[in-house]
Amino acid sequence: MNAVYKTEDNPLFQYVLGLGDDALVLGQRWCEWLSKGPNLELDIASSNLALDLLGQAELFLGYAAELEGSGRSADDLAYLRDAHDFRNHWLVEQPNDDWGVTIARMAMFSLYHYHRLEGLTRSNDKFLSDVATKALKEVAYHRRFASEWTIRLGQGTKESHGRVQKGFNDLWRFVPELFETIDAEQKLADDGAIVASGDLRFAWEHDLDQVLEQASLVKPEGTGRLIGSRHNGHHSEHLGLLLCELQYLQRAYPTSAGAHW
Amino acid sequence: MSKTTDWDLYEVFVRSKRGLSHKHVGSVHAADGRMAIENARDLYTRRSEGESVWVIPAKQIIASDPAEGDALFGPAADKVYRHPTFYDIPDEVGKM
Repeated sequence: MNAVYKTEDNPLFQYVLGLGDDALVLGQRWCEWLSKGPNLELDIASSNLALDLLGQAELFLGYAAELEGSGRSADDLAYLRDAHDFRNHWLVEQPNDDWGVTIARMAMFSLYHYHRLEGLTRSNDKFLSDVATKALKEVAYHRRFASEWTIRLGQGTKESHGRVQKGFNDLWRFVPELFETIDAEQKLADDGAIVASGDLRFAWEHDLDQVLEQASLVKPEGTGRLIGSRHNGHHSEHLGLLLCELQYLQRAYPTSAGAHW
Repeated sequence: MSKTTDWDLYEVFVRSKRGLSHKHVGSVHAADGRMAIENARDLYTRRSEGESVWVIPAKQIIASDPAEGDALFGPAADKVYRHPTFYDIPDEVGKM
């Protein structure tokens, strides 16, 4: 089943799907660093970040499947949906490029993810508040890791400074999407289930400004504008390629043919 | 990319519980102390091994020279009386 939902259909399901897809897609991006890290220590660090995110994806997608109520499992949602059914932000699906871009993306996302989860710890939805409480500890480390690396690269050599600055410059156009609050989401916020994305911007900017200042990096100019909406299934071309790799095994060897794990 | 050989080696010490001492668990490469803490956390404390980590630049450790082992440790070899093993322990004390 590959229905494209309208934004007003089952809003909590779609919101939780977004949480799960962000974690799944970014987790896959971190998997791509495996065996390619600058050294053994960072290879292991990358896999730890990937595993944390994959664990969060499993919990959120499992809950999304339950909220959808059509008999799909977390695995079905992860492995058998096409790009237009994914609800992740454009930021997380962007290619790793180099370590500078990867770190800039992780800094931008983990600060956002941190504040989003922190808001969810006060959700009146018990499952969301429990998972957010657990995931917040992991993401507190992710933001530390990414912030430290941003500062290290920014204060490092001319080369490292240039690369991480380029990362922020190139990815800045994906910032507005992080804080887009569609009507369905605002309603969930009004009901006390979530904190609206738009309300996270102040805390996010505050934290990011501090990191950029310590890193001697320049905050990119302009606020940018939305390129496409994930809520309508719009994505950059990179997501399809990422899913090809992520979903290959399950697609090539469907469960009925024996792929079990 | 810098090679690992450009980075310093740090020795990692983990304290498993409050009240116990930090114990040497291994080493990591890192470009600075904060990175060494992060790398140590990712390598050595993922399975609840500890609640405190020390990292120390390996080059700051002054170690004894194995060639001097005889001078440093040899004299102790024939002085078994330095071990408190010659006392009769009363039965009431039980296992010590």
